[in-house]
Amino acid sequence: MITWEKLGELTLQHLTLSLSAVLLATLVAVPGGILLSRNRRAADPIIAVVGMFQTLPAIALLAFMIPLMGIGSRPALAALFLYALLPILSNTYKGLVSVDPAAKEAARGMGMTAFQMLLFVELPLAFRVIMSGIRTSTVLIIGWATLGAYVGAGGLGEPIISGFAMVSPRLILAGGVPVTLMALLADFLLGYLERKVTPRGLQV
Amino acid sequence: MQLLQELITYVGDQWPRLLGLTVQHVKLALVAVLYGVAVGVPVGYLISRFRRLAEPVLWVTNAIQTIPALALIGFAMLIFGLSPATGIFCLFLYSLMPIIRQTYTAITSIDPAVIEAAAGMGMTRWQIFRIVQLPLALAVTMVGIRMAVVMSIGTAAIMSLAGAGGLGSEIFAGIDRVQDKMILAGALPAALLAILADAGMSALERRLTPRGLRQA
Repeated sequence: MITWEKLGELTLQHLTLSLSAVLLATLVAVPGGILLSRNRRAADPIIAVVGMFQTLPAIALLAFMIPLMGIGSRPALAALFLYALLPILSNTYKGLVSVDPAAKEAARGMGMTAFQMLLFVELPLAFRVIMSGIRTSTVLIIGWATLGAYVGAGGLGEPIISGFAMVSPRLILAGGVPVTLMALLADFLLGYLERKVTPRGLQV
Repeated sequence: MQLLQELITYVGDQWPRLLGLTVQHVKLALVAVLYGVAVGVPVGYLISRFRRLAEPVLWVTNAIQTIPALALIGFAMLIFGLSPATGIFCLFLYSLMPIIRQTYTAITSIDPAVIEAAAGMGMTRWQIFRIVQLPLALAVTMVGIRMAVVMSIGTAAIMSLAGAGGLGSEIFAGIDRVQDKMILAGALPAALLAILADAGMSALERRLTPRGLRQA
């Protein structure tokens, strides 16, 4: 009913869609979080607005994109991108704000410029928290990318949906098992990376 | 803006049915969270007493959380078939993680000095639980319940696929028939419900926080 070749293709499609969304979100949310940590007064309202996207049901967010962008992988990418923003943005902000002021003072005392301080002191110290935001987003997005199949973006949701329509347990499992494995694997690998990138001095 | 006019006419015609779907949606989400509380709070309390169980239990609930919703629906459907039970079961499983974790955190994070003080004042174990531990733990547990409710309302939007009805049936019907007004008639109330639930539960959370612990 579904060939291995087709399944491989769908898996690749799923991975590409999810990773592009998370990558785009990271490119926007990490600099965004850095900016917010410099303008703390703006942080709360902006994080609240981004948080609202997160509250929206994923299928609703995806559905809103159809009247705006039609069908295909573009609306799916846009919806998943918005969905991935919050965990990364708020964790970048939280991570940077919680850097020990004494460490920053020491860096300033050593004559570091603001940029050097960000690069060599604040970001490394905040890295673990930022990574954990990226992990949360990635797992979430791999899950919701299954809904992309409803807007013609393909991916592993496709066999699941056909499985629902044809009441075929085999098709449901053909999509459901690999996508679950992908999410668990991403969670595990990024969790490993998270521990790896922690500066040695901070490892317990 | 033609879409907006279409939407208004459509909702004007269909509102009793849409209202029914909304009620069904809320019921589905709340029943699942209710089961989640009934199981999650005792489990969270238990693993705070038997700490050795904490790590494996939290690990399992986290793993459940990682399972993509569409896949979980598929797996559950193989067991329960096409029925509201499938939807409730999936949402129940998802609600376990925040509730168990927050209950556990709530109880383990109570300052032992406070309990000692209560014991020193001559309170019995039961009194300590009712007058000291419960109020202190309630606010933190409520955070978990709020997360579960918001998540449940959001995820309930795809439970129509499991035959559980709710606003998702309108959204998916709209996607099938390429009717933007139907998509919006389902998606807008679903989004609104999630936002309202978040706000309402936050307010409840604040009310349940003991006065001495409230911030600003």
